[in-house]
Amino acid sequence: MLTEATPTNVARKPFLGRIGEVPHLGLVAALVLLAIVGLVTRPENFATSSNLVSILALASTIGVITVGMTFVIIGGGIDLSVGAVMALSSVWATTLATQSYGPAVMILCAVLVGTGAGLVNGFLVSYGRMVPFIATLAMLVAARGLAQRMSGQRTQLVQQANSAIVELSTTRVLGLPLLVYVFALVVVLGWILLNRTTFGRRTYAVGGNPEAARLAGIDVRRHTMLLYGLSGLCCGIAAVLIMARTTTGSSTHGDLYELDAIAAVIIGGTLLSGGRGTIIGSILGLLIFTVITNLFILNGLNTSDQLIAKGLIIVVAVLMQRRGALTGT
Amino acid sequence: MTKTPNRRGFLLSGAVIGAGALVSACTSNEPAAQPSAAAAAPTAAAAAGGNDQPGTQVTIGFSAPAADHGWIAAIAKNAEAAAKQYSDVVFKPVEPTNDINQQISAVESLIQAKVDVLVLLPNDGQQLNQVARQAMDAGIPVVNLDRVFPDKLSYRTWIGGDNYGMGVAAGHYIGKALKEKGVTNPVIVEIQGIATLPLTQDRSKGFADALKSYGFSVTAKQDAQFTVESGTEVTANLLQAHKKIDAIWNHDDDQGIGVLAAIKEAGRDEFIMVGGAGSANAMREIQSGSGVLAATVTYSPTMASSAIKLARLIAQGKGMSDLTENQVPQSVTLASETITKDNVATYLPLGFES
Repeated sequence: MLTEATPTNVARKPFLGRIGEVPHLGLVAALVLLAIVGLVTRPENFATSSNLVSILALASTIGVITVGMTFVIIGGGIDLSVGAVMALSSVWATTLATQSYGPAVMILCAVLVGTGAGLVNGFLVSYGRMVPFIATLAMLVAARGLAQRMSGQRTQLVQQANSAIVELSTTRVLGLPLLVYVFALVVVLGWILLNRTTFGRRTYAVGGNPEAARLAGIDVRRHTMLLYGLSGLCCGIAAVLIMARTTTGSSTHGDLYELDAIAAVIIGGTLLSGGRGTIIGSILGLLIFTVITNLFILNGLNTSDQLIAKGLIIVVAVLMQRRGALTGT
Repeated sequence: MTKTPNRRGFLLSGAVIGAGALVSACTSNEPAAQPSAAAAAPTAAAAAGGNDQPGTQVTIGFSAPAADHGWIAAIAKNAEAAAKQYSDVVFKPVEPTNDINQQISAVESLIQAKVDVLVLLPNDGQQLNQVARQAMDAGIPVVNLDRVFPDKLSYRTWIGGDNYGMGVAAGHYIGKALKEKGVTNPVIVEIQGIATLPLTQDRSKGFADALKSYGFSVTAKQDAQFTVESGTEVTANLLQAHKKIDAIWNHDDDQGIGVLAAIKEAGRDEFIMVGGAGSANAMREIQSGSGVLAATVTYSPTMASSAIKLARLIAQGKGMSDLTENQVPQSVTLASETITKDNVATYLPLGFES
């Protein structure tokens, strides 16, 4: 522990310095600003509990993916395959054969397929020495294709007998659908793993300076592989949530999720070059996106304007972080 | 749109396997409008005029986009099934693709193979116009399926659906239903497909125009992406924006699965909903009568079966035997039919699986 603490602390110092200052504050301020916009433009709709629940439920699926993505990016990689892997998991878990074993096996199947695909990514990157961008791009293409082939381009409905899965979305405990709890649990576990365990410290070390991490005795390859496996696991969990929400498995699920997840992570203050970042930041970044979508639809504005707004926010967020990082160091 | 042309390679094999498995289960035919609308059963083959009797052997080339949507999958499947019905038809499909370039070269290869007639569903009518024109210039008649070529010299016959008419059918259904209920100033919500497509704009305009004749207008509209997931997301937000809704028209039954999931999740049932396209799933939902889905307006992929039949007649130099003319008409627009609980049983065999 002690020997390891030295490099990780060096890597984390600026991030620790920033945590209470610029990025999170900026993100929270942005969320507050959006909330004010919502309260002013649609006072009767925005602040209702059902709308807030709806925002959380919308954020859940991609939120789980964002947690995995945060790990990968802090570890110095990138995972472009998340949306496709989620689609593949949802399709595999909803084939007639899988469905005949009941909901528990369907969930297990989704999680295993996701993790398996993630580990393949990790293997290609760490042991195959492929650039993460290329390896996961290949997985994106292949997983989407396999999902289409398995489903025969059909939308596979979750059968009545397995409606336990759909209940994740329809059953509410204390006013919140179960899937929001799943999302919260993933965030909490992710936070603990990143901030309170050796695994988390190693992730920062590997992303910050792989060579130094190797010299400090970390098995960088194995660790990198596990990071992609973790991202795949998150995709598998997300697949269960999307099955619950849409009552289907489909090869069209998760289209462009990779871009939304990466954007959320970057807005949240994680460096694309690795070594720095927080899960809370990523989740705040994602919530900003979800709230924007919600606000635009509440006000009856169209998708094109939403996309423009999201693009601007990415640019502004990154510019603000650069200023923050400069003044912070 | 196609960020990964490579993945399309996987599609073909998937589509072929899927089609093969389903051809026998689900052979669809045009209802009365076509002379050769005999049911798949061989006993009914003696339909009007004997156009179904074997004639000169013809080779029909076929090119369509790759299936990433139930409707397109049904197009390829229906075309193949229709061709198989005839002993005098050699069906020559090329690998489906969503890449304009690939489709152009695929069509070129069919021209070089000197097929007798071409059935083309272009990815984009504008961009494939040139190659369709080449086929026509080479003496190969082109049957243009659904997405129209801008240049009339580029096709012999056009057959397709009526997007504007779809909106009109949905508008009339909703308008009538709300008038009967005596609702004044209703909240009408429209969930569109991909907003940038002309077909979406046509549907939307038809809907607004039909509603206007009842003195109603669309309260809110939002576009989705024709996918289940986008349907869920947009609907979840729309339901928050409008606490009381009288009617929803959703342009597309594929994304409709997601729309219905979001409605169920929110526990809302104070409105009626109308779908679009006519998927088997939507029809089953209408038949069960348990949810909000009251009707759907068709945009039927059976048009592919009819396109093959028309192509065969053109190549054999025959006309449509129910009509007076000796040749097939220059254009055929399918009517958008309204499927409700009352007539759903007759439409179920024509529904496509999403």
